[in-house]
Amino acid sequence: MAGKAMNILIVGVGGQGTLLTSRILAQVAVDLGYDVKVSEIHGMAQRGGSVVSQVRYGEKIYSPIISKGDADIILAFEKLEAARWLDYLKPDGMIIINDDRVDPLPVMSGKVKYPEDIDQHIAQMVEKTLVVDASSIAVGCGNVRAANVVMVGILAGAMGFPEGEVEKAIQAMVPPKALDINLKAFKEGHNLYSNIA
Amino acid sequence: MKRLMIGNDAIARGAYEAGVTVATAYPGTPSTEIVSNLAQYPGVYGEWAPNEKVAMEVGAGASIGGARTLVAMKHVGVNVAADPLYTFVYTGVNGGLVIVSADDPGMHSSQNEQDNRGYGRFAKLPVIEPSDSQEALDFTRLAYDISEEFDTPVMLRITTRLAHSQTLVEEGEPKQVELKEYKKDAPKYVMLPGFARGRHVEVEKRLLGLKEYSNNTEINRIEWGDRRLGVITSGVCYQYVREVMPDISVLKLGMVNPLPDKLIREFAEGVERLVIVEELEPVIEEQVKSWGITVEGKEHFTLLGEYSPEYLAERLGGIAPAQGFGLDKEIPPRPPLMCPGCPHRGVFHTLKRMRLKVMGDIGCYTLGALSPLDGMDACVCMGASIGMAMGMEKAQGVDPSKIVAVIGDSTFVHSGITPLIDIVYNQGTSTIVILDNSTTAMTGHQDHPATGLTIKKEPAPKLDLEALVRAVGIKNVRVVDPLQLDELRSALEEELQRREPSVIIARRSCALLVKPPVNKKMVIENDLCTGCKLCIRIGCTGIYFIEDENLAAINPTTCVSCEVCAQVCTFDAIKIVEG
Ligand SMILES: Cc1ncc(C[n+]2csc(CCOP(=O)(O)OP(=O)(O)O)c2C)c(N)n1
Repeated sequence: MAGKAMNILIVGVGGQGTLLTSRILAQVAVDLGYDVKVSEIHGMAQRGGSVVSQVRYGEKIYSPIISKGDADIILAFEKLEAARWLDYLKPDGMIIINDDRVDPLPVMSGKVKYPEDIDQHIAQMVEKTLVVDASSIAVGCGNVRAANVVMVGILAGAMGFPEGEVEKAIQAMVPPKALDINLKAFKEGHNLYSNIA
Repeated sequence: MKRLMIGNDAIARGAYEAGVTVATAYPGTPSTEIVSNLAQYPGVYGEWAPNEKVAMEVGAGASIGGARTLVAMKHVGVNVAADPLYTFVYTGVNGGLVIVSADDPGMHSSQNEQDNRGYGRFAKLPVIEPSDSQEALDFTRLAYDISEEFDTPVMLRITTRLAHSQTLVEEGEPKQVELKEYKKDAPKYVMLPGFARGRHVEVEKRLLGLKEYSNNTEINRIEWGDRRLGVITSGVCYQYVREVMPDISVLKLGMVNPLPDKLIREFAEGVERLVIVEELEPVIEEQVKSWGITVEGKEHFTLLGEYSPEYLAERLGGIAPAQGFGLDKEIPPRPPLMCPGCPHRGVFHTLKRMRLKVMGDIGCYTLGALSPLDGMDACVCMGASIGMAMGMEKAQGVDPSKIVAVIGDSTFVHSGITPLIDIVYNQGTSTIVILDNSTTAMTGHQDHPATGLTIKKEPAPKLDLEALVRAVGIKNVRVVDPLQLDELRSALEEELQRREPSVIIARRSCALLVKPPVNKKMVIENDLCTGCKLCIRIGCTGIYFIEDENLAAINPTTCVSCEVCAQVCTFDAIKIVEG
């Protein structure tokens, strides 16, 4: 809230790569010369629970966590998680949703229903909503697990991050054997944003 | 050049720079990365101890032996280590010793949210609290100087938000520190009553010196601003206060025990209204009030959970964020759950079907308590399951054949051995199931004595669990594959019949550590599936239910072909296809 901080919330299901994503974005912000803070979730929730990583950057950052109503961007790797964290978005914020559905236990066991068309509901409320099939794009690049990096590509497009800086951060963060797939995933995401923007 | 680091990595760096050569810990979120990281630095001996008490004792020995030493654990680990800790405060150190207590307000990954600043007053040791990664590094370095200057262990108290937030850090130069000479000094190191009385005098003297230090150290500092409101705070709460009230006066405490009484008085006199912002217990507030200073605190703030900038803005005023979007939809919760292929799943499914009373323990398998497995009756702390099974049997007298204890391999080594001895010695009859997935999965797959590898993944003598339980006097010991449900069930039935204690070791590697088979997959034969949902009740993301078609279906991206669903299906509708 102090000054002009940029607040990015990355939400998903434990195991979808929120941690890696926040680390890539944070590294880009560091390389661009900002003060940066990142809050991560380790431990229990990483076992398939609802997880969130928070990246804040600007001239001077105090809190490592983002308040409700204060996220400039939400990057959601799953639709239900997009809905769960929506109240963190600023009134003029942007939400990028991966068109992926992972049923939580109460849905799998038939106790409750997965809310239908949840992404459409969000799109009706939030002007800047982008729903993309990042998982399919990632499969096309060679591994569904690179969906998070497809999303990084889209976000980088939206934020106007220099492509080279992001690629550098990906190189620094991703294990060598997964690098090619991830760089490809980034490119695809980035191109996708250029095409729709 | 500045680098982003989580607080835990910054502590490891600070310890390395301070010349630490011995580091010991038992894993526990949010502390685990400290020693796993520190062990990788050159010249540092790092280890996973079997539990926190042992870690503290290894630390005490290393310190007396002259090395700068770090001991790390999560907040509840300090309870386990408390016995040696309290008395090590009496002996004091030779090489500096820092014990890191990683508290977990909000219980992101813990069974309670105790506030370990309380240990500072109770055990009479200095407590230091950083508020970002740079301070984590700097304060760790400083803590070693305090430790050696005042001849005391120092507690570095952090919280989850500090441990797992990345902030920018400027690394320093590592110090060259010589191993201190060890001189035999029984009155200092042998805590017999006669010697300990003398040491208690030293402890009280030392605390007076530390209070003076606290009044003068740079890590306790007043930031004068608008004097209509003054806030005393520490740790990550300092960041939240600054976020929403950048202009007020703040007394930022880096040392929270002993408190700087003079500095606090000076600050109190300089502001119109004085408020203390501290998560969890009113540790600072109660002391300040006891000095007759008018101060507000917990009448505004909760004792529960984590604070946040928005919470402080709501309670104290300041910059509040805009109202966010409200979605008028019910959002189903997403609790954590066992991974597909997890060897624990079959065990809890079986225990539930057998309607047993299950005394549980702590680890990934505690998730077996949640719906739909619902396979646990009680869980308190690490190692408790076996003693609790014994107690329940003695209380109920009749039908102990319905009581089992389940405990993970790492937890068994941590603190399951002594209660097992109790069962043998006092002639209990419970059946103990050791869930041996050959790792400490919950905290991120650390090795332990029964995995045969060290913290650096180098080979180590492997603790033989079967031989160990036999040696304490268990006669009925067997090993089963927890993914073979029939085998598991008949083992349980047979052992529960006995009027003697038994140990069943359910052995299979954690599913996250083995590659799923590539030449095998599960398929559902739709004409055999009756839609009974038995397979859904194992709570696996590899299988789901299609309501419209009244059919179960396999999710090929998550399923790892562990075959548990196929064994559960009574209509043979789930088939294994090879190739
Ligand atoms: C005293 C204490 N120390 C550490 C922890 C953190 N912790 C929770 S469970 C666990 C061990 C889990 O390992 P294991 O028993 O092998 O079960 P798994 O998770 O592998 O199934 C640890 C270290 C704790 N809760 N309490």
